[in-house]
Amino acid sequence: MTPAYQLTNLSKSYAGRQVLNIDHLEIHPGEILAVIGPSGAGKSTLLRILNFLESPDSGKVYFQGQPVNYHKIPLEVRRMVTTVFQNPALLSGNVGSNLQFGLRLRGLKDGHRDVDEMLERLGLTSLRRSPAHTLSGGEAQRVALARALILKPTVLLLDEPTANLDPYNVEMIESVIRGINQTHQTTIVLVTHNIFQARRLADRVALLLNGEIVETADTQTFYKNPCDSRTRGFIRGEMVW
Amino acid sequence: METILSGIIQGLKLFFYGDATLWQIIGVSAQVSGIALLISAVIGIPLGALLGLTRFPGRRMIQAMIYTGMGLPPVVVGLAVYLLISNNGLLGPLQQAWIPKLFTVEAMIAAQVIIAAPLVIGYTMSAVGEVSPNLRLQVRSLGATRVQVLGTTLREARRGVLVALIGGFGSILSEVGAVMMVGGNIEGSTRVMTTAILLETRRGNFELAIGLGIVLLGMAFLINLSAAQLQGKGY
Ligand SMILES: Nc1ncnc2c1ncn2[C@@H]1O[C@H](COP(=O)(O)OP(=O)(O)OP(=O)(O)O)[C@@H](O)[C@H]1O
Ligand SMILES: [Mg+2]
Repeated sequence: MTPAYQLTNLSKSYAGRQVLNIDHLEIHPGEILAVIGPSGAGKSTLLRILNFLESPDSGKVYFQGQPVNYHKIPLEVRRMVTTVFQNPALLSGNVGSNLQFGLRLRGLKDGHRDVDEMLERLGLTSLRRSPAHTLSGGEAQRVALARALILKPTVLLLDEPTANLDPYNVEMIESVIRGINQTHQTTIVLVTHNIFQARRLADRVALLLNGEIVETADTQTFYKNPCDSRTRGFIRGEMVW
Repeated sequence: METILSGIIQGLKLFFYGDATLWQIIGVSAQVSGIALLISAVIGIPLGALLGLTRFPGRRMIQAMIYTGMGLPPVVVGLAVYLLISNNGLLGPLQQAWIPKLFTVEAMIAAQVIIAAPLVIGYTMSAVGEVSPNLRLQVRSLGATRVQVLGTTLREARRGVLVALIGGFGSILSEVGAVMMVGGNIEGSTRVMTTAILLETRRGNFELAIGLGIVLLGMAFLINLSAAQLQGKGY
Protein backbone atom coordinates (compact mmCIF):
# COMPACT_ATOMS: atom_id res chain seq x y z
CA MET A 1 0.00 0.00 0.00
CA THR A 2 1.31 3.48 -0.82
CA PRO A 3 2.29 5.29 2.38
CA ALA A 4 0.33 8.42 3.24
CA TYR A 5 3.62 10.17 3.86
CA GLN A 6 7.22 9.29 3.39
CA LEU A 7 9.90 11.60 4.78
CA THR A 8 13.57 11.15 4.08
CA ASN A 9 16.57 13.15 5.29
CA LEU A 10 14.30 15.97 6.25
CA SER A 11 15.75 18.93 8.10
CA LYS A 12 14.45 22.26 9.30
CA SER A 13 16.24 25.10 11.04
CA TYR A 14 15.10 28.36 12.52
CA ALA A 15 17.67 31.13 12.59
CA GLY A 16 20.51 28.67 12.14
CA ARG A 17 19.27 26.32 14.87
CA GLN A 18 18.24 22.90 13.69
CA VAL A 19 14.89 21.85 15.13
CA LEU A 20 14.11 18.86 12.91
CA ASN A 21 16.39 16.23 11.48
CA ILE A 22 14.46 13.17 10.40
CA ASP A 23 16.26 10.39 8.51
CA HIS A 24 13.18 8.45 7.74
CA LEU A 25 9.54 8.45 8.71
CA GLU A 26 6.63 6.69 7.12
CA ILE A 27 3.00 7.27 7.91
CA HIS A 28 0.60 4.56 6.82
CA PRO A 29 -2.81 5.37 5.37
CA GLY A 30 -5.62 4.88 7.84
CA GLU A 31 -3.41 4.56 10.88
CA ILE A 32 -3.23 6.59 14.04
CA LEU A 33 0.38 7.50 14.58
CA ALA A 34 1.19 9.12 17.89
CA VAL A 35 4.19 11.41 18.01
CA ILE A 36 5.43 11.88 21.53
CA GLY A 37 8.37 13.79 22.86
CA PRO A 38 9.36 16.53 25.26
CA SER A 39 8.53 20.19 24.81
CA GLY A 40 10.58 21.80 22.09
CA ALA A 41 11.33 18.48 20.38
CA GLY A 42 9.89 19.75 17.10
CA LYS A 43 6.48 18.06 17.13
CA SER A 44 4.46 21.09 16.06
CA THR A 45 7.06 21.94 13.44
CA LEU A 46 6.69 18.44 12.00
CA LEU A 47 2.92 18.89 11.78
CA ARG A 48 3.31 22.22 9.98
CA ILE A 49 5.49 20.50 7.41
CA LEU A 50 3.02 17.62 7.03
CA ASN A 51 0.23 20.17 6.52
CA PHE A 52 2.31 21.94 3.84
CA LEU A 53 2.23 25.14 5.88
CA GLU A 54 5.97 25.33 6.05
CA SER A 55 8.67 23.89 3.83
CA PRO A 56 11.60 21.81 5.03
CA ASP A 57 15.10 23.17 4.37
CA SER A 58 16.18 19.93 2.77
CA GLY A 59 15.03 16.39 2.31
CA LYS A 60 12.14 14.79 0.51
CA VAL A 61 8.51 14.48 1.42
CA TYR A 62 6.23 12.13 -0.49
CA PHE A 63 2.51 12.48 -0.05
CA GLN A 64 0.50 9.50 -1.28
CA GLY A 65 3.49 8.43 -3.29
CA GLN A 66 3.99 11.77 -5.01
CA PRO A 67 6.99 13.99 -4.24
CA VAL A 68 5.82 17.26 -2.68
CA ASN A 69 7.02 20.49 -4.23
CA TYR A 70 6.55 22.93 -1.38
CA HIS A 71 6.55 25.93 -3.69
CA LYS A 72 3.62 24.67 -5.67
CA ILE A 73 1.11 22.54 -3.88
CA PRO A 74 -2.23 22.06 -5.61
CA LEU A 75 -5.18 23.33 -3.62
CA GLU A 76 -6.91 19.92 -3.82
CA VAL A 77 -3.89 18.35 -2.15
CA ARG A 78 -3.70 21.01 0.55
CA ARG A 79 -7.37 20.49 1.26
CA MET A 80 -6.88 16.79 1.95
CA VAL A 81 -4.96 17.63 5.11
CA THR A 82 -5.96 19.72 8.07
CA THR A 83 -4.58 20.44 11.53
CA VAL A 84 -6.21 21.11 14.84
CA PHE A 85 -3.69 23.39 16.48
CA GLN A 86 -2.29 23.28 19.96
CA ASN A 87 -4.33 26.32 20.96
CA PRO A 88 -7.83 26.35 19.48
CA ALA A 89 -7.72 29.30 17.10
CA LEU A 90 -11.39 30.08 16.67
CA LEU A 91 -12.73 32.79 14.45
CA SER A 92 -14.92 35.54 15.83
CA GLY A 93 -18.55 34.67 15.32
CA ASN A 94 -20.43 31.82 16.87
CA VAL A 95 -19.85 28.10 17.13
CA GLY A 96 -22.01 27.31 14.11
CA SER A 97 -20.18 29.71 11.82
CA ASN A 98 -16.85 28.31 12.97
CA LEU A 99 -18.00 24.85 11.95
CA GLN A 100 -19.13 26.12 8.55
CA PHE A 101 -15.91 27.99 7.91
CA GLY A 102 -14.02 25.30 6.02
CA LEU A 103 -17.11 24.34 4.04
CA ARG A 104 -17.57 27.94 2.97
CA LEU A 105 -13.95 28.12 1.85
CA ARG A 106 -14.77 25.20 -0.44
CA GLY A 107 -17.86 26.91 -1.77
CA LEU A 108 -20.17 24.44 -0.04
CA LYS A 109 -23.05 26.60 1.09
CA ASP A 110 -25.40 24.08 2.60
CA GLY A 111 -23.62 21.87 5.05
CA HIS A 112 -26.31 22.30 7.66
CA ARG A 113 -26.91 18.62 8.17
CA ASP A 114 -23.21 17.97 8.61
CA VAL A 115 -23.00 20.84 11.06
CA ASP A 116 -25.93 19.51 13.08
CA GLU A 117 -24.45 16.06 13.14
CA MET A 118 -21.00 17.26 14.15
CA LEU A 119 -22.38 19.49 16.90
CA GLU A 120 -24.31 16.53 18.23
CA ARG A 121 -21.30 14.29 18.09
CA LEU A 122 -19.14 16.63 20.16
CA GLY A 123 -21.86 17.65 22.59
CA LEU A 124 -22.02 21.19 21.26
CA THR A 125 -25.65 21.38 20.09
CA SER A 126 -26.74 23.78 22.81
CA LEU A 127 -23.77 26.03 22.11
CA ARG A 128 -24.47 26.47 18.39
CA ARG A 129 -25.21 30.19 18.71
CA SER A 130 -22.69 30.97 21.42
CA PRO A 131 -19.99 33.47 20.46
CA ALA A 132 -16.65 31.69 20.18
CA HIS A 133 -14.97 33.97 22.70
CA THR A 134 -17.38 32.93 25.45
CA LEU A 135 -16.47 29.24 25.32
CA SER A 136 -14.53 27.35 27.96
CA GLY A 137 -11.22 25.78 27.06
CA GLY A 138 -12.72 22.32 26.62
CA GLU A 139 -15.61 23.61 24.54
CA ALA A 140 -13.29 25.63 22.32
CA GLN A 141 -11.09 22.60 21.79
CA ARG A 142 -14.12 20.52 20.80
CA VAL A 143 -15.26 23.22 18.37
CA ALA A 144 -11.80 23.29 16.79
CA LEU A 145 -11.92 19.52 16.38
CA ALA A 146 -15.46 19.57 14.96
CA ARG A 147 -14.46 22.31 12.50
CA ALA A 148 -11.70 20.07 11.16
CA LEU A 149 -13.69 16.82 11.16
CA ILE A 150 -16.59 18.27 9.21
CA LEU A 151 -14.20 18.60 6.25
CA LYS A 152 -13.68 14.83 6.22
CA PRO A 153 -9.94 15.21 5.66
CA THR A 154 -7.87 12.34 4.34
CA VAL A 155 -5.23 13.23 6.90
CA LEU A 156 -5.99 14.76 10.25
CA LEU A 157 -3.16 16.29 12.25
CA LEU A 158 -3.86 16.79 15.94
CA ASP A 159 -1.54 18.89 18.07
CA GLU A 160 -2.20 18.16 21.74
CA PRO A 161 -5.97 17.90 21.27
CA THR A 162 -6.64 17.31 24.96
CA ALA A 163 -3.99 19.35 26.74
CA ASN A 164 -5.33 20.91 29.93
CA LEU A 165 -8.74 19.29 29.65
CA ASP A 166 -10.76 17.45 32.26
CA PRO A 167 -11.37 13.68 32.02
CA TYR A 168 -14.87 14.19 30.59
CA ASN A 169 -13.57 16.21 27.65
CA VAL A 170 -10.57 13.94 27.18
CA GLU A 171 -12.76 10.88 26.93
CA MET A 172 -15.21 12.48 24.53
CA ILE A 173 -12.46 13.74 22.24
CA GLU A 174 -10.61 10.43 22.31
CA SER A 175 -13.71 8.49 21.39
CA VAL A 176 -14.46 10.88 18.52
CA ILE A 177 -10.90 10.52 17.23
CA ARG A 178 -11.18 6.75 17.38
CA GLY A 179 -14.59 6.86 15.69
CA ILE A 180 -13.50 9.05 12.78
CA ASN A 181 -10.48 6.85 12.21
CA GLN A 182 -12.63 3.73 12.09
CA THR A 183 -15.53 4.99 10.01
CA HIS A 184 -13.60 7.09 7.49
CA GLN A 185 -10.18 5.43 7.60
CA THR A 186 -8.78 8.88 8.28
CA THR A 187 -5.02 8.92 8.66
CA ILE A 188 -4.30 10.61 11.98
CA VAL A 189 -1.09 11.98 13.37
CA LEU A 190 -1.57 12.68 17.03
CA VAL A 191 0.96 14.80 18.87
CA THR A 192 0.72 14.36 22.60
CA HIS A 193 2.72 14.72 25.78
CA ASN A 194 0.56 12.08 27.32
CA ILE A 195 2.12 8.65 26.90
CA PHE A 196 -1.03 7.00 28.19
CA GLN A 197 -3.16 8.73 25.59
CA ALA A 198 -0.76 7.60 22.90
CA ARG A 199 -1.09 4.06 24.17
CA ARG A 200 -4.88 4.24 24.27
CA LEU A 201 -5.30 5.60 20.75
CA ALA A 202 -2.37 4.87 18.52
CA ASP A 203 -1.58 2.01 16.19
CA ARG A 204 2.04 3.08 16.17
CA VAL A 205 4.08 5.47 18.26
CA ALA A 206 7.09 7.58 17.34
CA LEU A 207 9.38 9.25 19.82
CA LEU A 208 10.82 12.58 18.78
CA LEU A 209 13.81 13.90 20.73
CA ASN A 210 15.68 17.07 19.78
CA GLY A 211 14.22 16.93 16.30
CA GLU A 212 15.21 13.33 15.67
CA ILE A 213 13.01 10.27 15.51
CA VAL A 214 14.49 7.96 18.10
CA GLU A 215 12.15 5.06 17.55
CA THR A 216 8.97 4.19 15.71
CA ALA A 217 7.15 1.01 16.57
CA ASP A 218 3.79 -0.68 17.01
CA THR A 219 2.17 0.55 20.15
CA GLN A 220 2.55 -2.86 21.78
CA THR A 221 6.24 -3.12 20.99
CA PHE A 222 6.89 0.53 21.78
CA TYR A 223 5.67 0.18 25.34
CA LYS A 224 6.53 -3.44 26.10
CA ASN A 225 9.73 -3.99 24.24
CA PRO A 226 11.34 -0.81 22.93
CA CYS A 227 14.69 -0.97 21.17
CA ASP A 228 16.15 2.31 22.28
CA SER A 229 17.15 2.97 25.85
CA ARG A 230 15.91 6.52 25.49
CA THR A 231 12.45 5.20 24.67
CA ARG A 232 12.54 3.07 27.82
CA GLY A 233 13.56 6.13 29.78
CA PHE A 234 10.84 8.26 28.28
CA ILE A 235 8.00 5.84 28.90
CA ARG A 236 9.17 5.25 32.45
CA GLY A 237 8.96 8.99 32.93
CA GLU A 238 12.64 9.31 33.68
CA MET A 239 13.17 11.92 31.07
CA VAL A 240 12.92 15.46 32.34
CA TRP A 241 10.40 17.40 30.25
CA MET B 1 -21.60 87.14 22.36
CA GLU B 2 -24.88 88.21 20.86
CA THR B 3 -23.54 87.59 17.40
CA ILE B 4 -22.60 84.07 18.32
CA LEU B 5 -25.95 83.33 19.95
CA SER B 6 -28.01 84.68 17.10
CA GLY B 7 -25.62 82.97 14.75
CA ILE B 8 -26.37 79.63 16.34
CA ILE B 9 -30.11 80.24 16.25
CA GLN B 10 -30.00 81.38 12.66
CA GLY B 11 -27.77 78.47 11.78
CA LEU B 12 -30.18 75.97 13.30
CA LYS B 13 -33.07 77.65 11.46
CA LEU B 14 -31.25 77.41 8.16
CA PHE B 15 -30.58 73.76 8.81
CA PHE B 16 -34.04 72.74 9.88
CA TYR B 17 -35.96 74.88 7.37
CA GLY B 18 -33.91 73.28 4.64
CA ASP B 19 -32.09 76.31 3.29
CA ALA B 20 -31.28 75.61 -0.35
CA THR B 21 -27.75 77.05 -0.33
CA LEU B 22 -26.83 75.23 2.85
CA TRP B 23 -28.07 71.88 1.58
CA GLN B 24 -26.44 72.33 -1.78
CA ILE B 25 -23.09 72.85 -0.04
CA ILE B 26 -23.66 69.84 2.20
CA GLY B 27 -24.42 67.82 -0.91
CA VAL B 28 -21.15 68.76 -2.60
CA SER B 29 -19.19 67.96 0.57
CA ALA B 30 -20.84 64.57 0.92
CA GLN B 31 -20.30 63.80 -2.74
CA VAL B 32 -16.63 64.80 -2.83
CA SER B 33 -15.59 63.20 0.44
CA GLY B 34 -17.87 60.20 0.00
CA ILE B 35 -16.46 59.29 -3.40
CA ALA B 36 -12.92 60.02 -2.22
CA LEU B 37 -13.45 57.68 0.72
CA LEU B 38 -14.89 54.98 -1.51
CA ILE B 39 -11.89 55.14 -3.83
CA SER B 40 -9.52 55.20 -0.86
CA ALA B 41 -11.23 52.13 0.59
CA VAL B 42 -11.09 50.18 -2.65
CA ILE B 43 -7.38 50.95 -3.00
CA GLY B 44 -6.42 51.14 0.64
CA ILE B 45 -8.02 48.10 2.29
CA PRO B 46 -6.49 45.42 0.03
CA LEU B 47 -3.18 47.26 -0.14
CA GLY B 48 -3.07 47.71 3.62
CA ALA B 49 -3.86 44.02 4.14
CA LEU B 50 -1.15 43.00 1.71
CA LEU B 51 1.44 45.30 3.27
CA GLY B 52 0.50 44.11 6.73
CA LEU B 53 0.62 40.41 5.96
CA THR B 54 3.22 39.68 3.30
CA ARG B 55 6.97 39.91 3.65
CA PHE B 56 9.01 41.18 0.73
CA PRO B 57 12.15 43.25 0.27
CA GLY B 58 11.46 46.97 0.49
CA ARG B 59 8.42 46.49 2.70
CA ARG B 60 9.81 48.62 5.54
CA MET B 61 10.56 51.37 3.06
CA ILE B 62 7.01 51.36 1.73
CA GLN B 63 5.63 51.27 5.26
CA ALA B 64 7.68 54.32 6.20
CA MET B 65 6.33 56.11 3.14
CA ILE B 66 2.76 55.23 4.09
CA TYR B 67 3.26 56.50 7.64
CA THR B 68 4.62 59.73 6.23
CA GLY B 69 1.62 59.91 3.93
CA MET B 70 -0.70 59.61 6.92
CA GLY B 71 0.41 63.01 8.12
CA LEU B 72 0.44 64.93 4.86
CA PRO B 73 -0.70 68.54 5.31
CA PRO B 74 -3.79 68.97 3.07
CA VAL B 75 -2.52 72.30 1.78
CA VAL B 76 0.63 70.64 0.51
CA VAL B 77 -1.42 67.92 -1.16
CA GLY B 78 -3.55 70.64 -2.71
CA LEU B 79 -0.45 72.41 -3.96
CA ALA B 80 0.97 69.23 -5.44
CA VAL B 81 -2.25 68.35 -7.24
CA TYR B 82 -2.55 71.94 -8.42
CA LEU B 83 0.94 71.82 -9.90
CA LEU B 84 0.19 68.50 -11.55
CA ILE B 85 -3.09 69.30 -13.23
CA SER B 86 -2.98 73.03 -13.93
CA ASN B 87 -2.73 73.99 -17.58
CA ASN B 88 1.00 74.57 -17.43
CA GLY B 89 1.59 71.80 -14.93
CA LEU B 90 3.03 68.34 -15.44
CA LEU B 91 -0.08 66.41 -16.45
CA GLY B 92 -2.46 69.20 -17.37
CA PRO B 93 -1.14 69.80 -20.90
CA LEU B 94 -1.60 66.13 -21.79
CA GLN B 95 -5.34 66.79 -22.09
CA GLN B 96 -6.25 63.21 -21.19
CA ALA B 97 -9.77 62.38 -20.11
CA TRP B 98 -8.61 60.72 -16.88
CA ILE B 99 -6.75 63.83 -15.70
CA PRO B 100 -9.18 66.00 -13.77
CA LYS B 101 -9.44 69.67 -14.59
CA LEU B 102 -8.51 72.28 -12.03
CA PHE B 103 -11.45 73.78 -10.07
CA THR B 104 -13.70 70.79 -10.57
CA VAL B 105 -15.22 68.29 -8.18
CA GLU B 106 -13.03 65.59 -9.76
CA ALA B 107 -9.85 67.49 -8.86
CA MET B 108 -11.05 67.80 -5.27
CA ILE B 109 -11.78 64.09 -5.13
CA ALA B 110 -8.29 63.31 -6.45
CA ALA B 111 -6.68 65.49 -3.78
CA GLN B 112 -8.77 63.95 -1.01
CA VAL B 113 -7.91 60.44 -2.14
CA ILE B 114 -4.25 61.35 -1.72
CA ILE B 115 -5.01 62.48 1.83
CA ALA B 116 -7.29 59.61 2.86
CA ALA B 117 -5.72 56.62 1.11
CA PRO B 118 -2.53 56.55 3.22
CA LEU B 119 -4.67 56.73 6.36
CA VAL B 120 -6.82 53.81 5.22
CA ILE B 121 -3.75 51.83 4.18
CA GLY B 122 -1.85 52.57 7.38
CA TYR B 123 -4.68 51.78 9.79
CA THR B 124 -5.62 48.64 7.85
CA MET B 125 -1.99 47.56 7.91
CA SER B 126 -1.79 47.71 11.67
CA ALA B 127 -5.27 46.23 12.11
CA VAL B 128 -4.45 43.05 10.18
CA GLY B 129 -1.10 42.89 11.96
CA GLU B 130 -2.99 42.43 15.21
CA VAL B 131 -4.68 39.24 14.02
CA SER B 132 -2.68 36.39 15.51
CA PRO B 133 -0.36 34.56 13.11
CA ASN B 134 -1.58 31.36 14.69
CA LEU B 135 -5.12 32.07 13.50
CA ARG B 136 -3.92 32.81 9.99
CA LEU B 137 -2.07 29.51 9.95
CA GLN B 138 -5.19 27.72 11.16
CA VAL B 139 -7.23 29.36 8.41
CA ARG B 140 -4.76 28.17 5.82
CA SER B 141 -4.76 24.72 7.31
CA LEU B 142 -8.53 24.61 6.92
CA GLY B 143 -8.02 24.97 3.20
CA ALA B 144 -8.03 28.69 2.50
CA THR B 145 -6.38 30.09 -0.60
CA ARG B 146 -4.15 33.15 -0.28
CA VAL B 147 -7.01 35.44 -1.16
CA GLN B 148 -9.29 33.68 1.32
CA VAL B 149 -6.69 34.07 4.07
CA LEU B 150 -6.51 37.77 3.25
CA GLY B 151 -10.29 38.11 3.29
CA THR B 152 -10.67 36.20 6.55
CA THR B 153 -7.93 38.23 8.21
CA LEU B 154 -9.65 41.44 7.12
CA ARG B 155 -12.91 40.15 8.53
CA GLU B 156 -11.23 39.35 11.84
CA ALA B 157 -9.71 42.83 11.80
CA ARG B 158 -12.94 44.57 10.82
CA ARG B 159 -13.03 46.86 13.83
CA GLY B 160 -9.62 48.18 12.89
CA VAL B 161 -10.69 48.52 9.27
CA LEU B 162 -13.76 50.46 10.37
CA VAL B 163 -11.51 52.77 12.37
CA ALA B 164 -9.42 53.17 9.22
CA LEU B 165 -12.46 54.26 7.22
CA ILE B 166 -13.73 56.61 9.91
CA GLY B 167 -10.28 58.12 10.29
CA GLY B 168 -10.00 58.61 6.56
CA PHE B 169 -13.45 60.13 6.24
CA GLY B 170 -12.95 62.45 9.18
CA SER B 171 -9.72 63.74 7.76
CA ILE B 172 -11.15 64.68 4.38
CA LEU B 173 -14.56 65.87 5.49
CA SER B 174 -12.95 68.46 7.72
CA GLU B 175 -9.95 69.47 5.62
CA VAL B 176 -9.99 72.81 3.93
CA GLY B 177 -6.54 73.31 2.42
CA ALA B 178 -6.71 70.90 -0.48
CA VAL B 179 -10.28 71.52 -1.58
CA MET B 180 -9.68 75.25 -1.44
CA MET B 181 -6.56 74.97 -3.54
CA VAL B 182 -7.78 72.69 -6.30
CA GLY B 183 -11.52 73.34 -6.06
CA GLY B 184 -11.38 77.09 -5.85
CA ASN B 185 -14.48 77.45 -3.66
CA ILE B 186 -16.75 78.23 -6.61
CA GLU B 187 -20.28 78.94 -5.53
CA GLY B 188 -22.74 76.30 -6.64
CA SER B 189 -20.13 73.89 -7.89
CA THR B 190 -16.98 73.37 -5.81
CA ARG B 191 -17.96 75.09 -2.61
CA VAL B 192 -17.96 72.64 0.29
CA MET B 193 -18.73 73.03 3.98
CA THR B 194 -15.23 73.88 5.13
CA THR B 195 -14.46 76.38 2.40
CA ALA B 196 -17.91 77.93 2.85
CA ILE B 197 -17.33 78.37 6.57
CA LEU B 198 -14.04 80.06 5.81
CA LEU B 199 -15.58 82.43 3.30
CA GLU B 200 -18.76 83.25 5.19
CA THR B 201 -16.84 83.98 8.38
CA ARG B 202 -14.58 86.32 6.51
CA ARG B 203 -17.64 88.08 5.07
CA GLY B 204 -19.20 88.33 8.50
CA ASN B 205 -22.01 85.93 7.56
CA PHE B 206 -21.90 84.03 10.81
CA GLU B 207 -25.32 82.40 10.44
CA LEU B 208 -24.39 80.27 7.46
CA ALA B 209 -20.93 79.61 8.87
CA ILE B 210 -22.33 78.42 12.17
CA GLY B 211 -25.08 76.43 10.49
CA LEU B 212 -22.48 74.62 8.43
CA GLY B 213 -20.26 74.15 11.47
CA ILE B 214 -23.12 72.49 13.29
CA VAL B 215 -23.81 70.19 10.35
CA LEU B 216 -20.14 69.27 10.12
CA LEU B 217 -20.01 68.42 13.80
CA GLY B 218 -23.29 66.56 13.61
CA MET B 219 -22.12 64.47 10.68
CA ALA B 220 -18.91 63.55 12.47
CA PHE B 221 -20.90 62.60 15.53
CA LEU B 222 -23.35 60.45 13.58
CA ILE B 223 -20.59 58.61 11.77
CA ASN B 224 -18.83 57.80 15.01
CA LEU B 225 -22.07 56.83 16.69
CA SER B 226 -22.99 54.38 13.96
CA ALA B 227 -19.49 52.99 14.04
CA ALA B 228 -19.78 52.46 17.78
CA GLN B 229 -23.15 50.78 17.23
CA LEU B 230 -21.71 48.43 14.64
CA GLN B 231 -18.84 47.50 16.92
CA GLY B 232 -21.24 46.82 19.74
CA LYS B 233 -23.13 44.36 17.55
CA GLY B 234 -19.91 42.49 17.00
CA TYR B 235 -19.75 43.40 13.35
N1 LIG C 1 8.71 30.16 13.84
C1 LIG C 1 9.76 29.81 14.62
N2 LIG C 1 10.84 30.61 14.71
C2 LIG C 1 11.89 30.26 15.48
N3 LIG C 1 11.95 29.17 16.22
C3 LIG C 1 10.90 28.33 16.19
C4 LIG C 1 9.76 28.61 15.40
N4 LIG C 1 8.87 27.61 15.57
C5 LIG C 1 9.46 26.74 16.41
N5 LIG C 1 10.66 27.17 16.79
C6 LIG C 1 11.58 26.46 17.70
O1 LIG C 1 11.67 25.13 17.25
C7 LIG C 1 11.72 24.24 18.32
C8 LIG C 1 10.64 23.19 18.16
O2 LIG C 1 9.38 23.83 18.32
P1 LIG C 1 8.01 23.05 18.27
O3 LIG C 1 6.95 24.03 18.46
O4 LIG C 1 7.97 22.24 17.04
O5 LIG C 1 8.15 22.09 19.54
P2 LIG C 1 7.07 21.11 20.16
O6 LIG C 1 7.69 19.77 20.18
O7 LIG C 1 5.78 21.25 19.48
O8 LIG C 1 6.98 21.65 21.66
P3 LIG C 1 5.70 21.71 22.62
O9 LIG C 1 5.49 20.33 23.12
O10 LIG C 1 6.12 22.62 23.72
O11 LIG C 1 4.56 22.23 21.84
C9 LIG C 1 11.58 25.05 19.58
O12 LIG C 1 12.84 25.20 20.16
C10 LIG C 1 11.07 26.39 19.11
O13 LIG C 1 11.58 27.42 19.89
MG1 LIG D 1 3.97 22.03 19.99
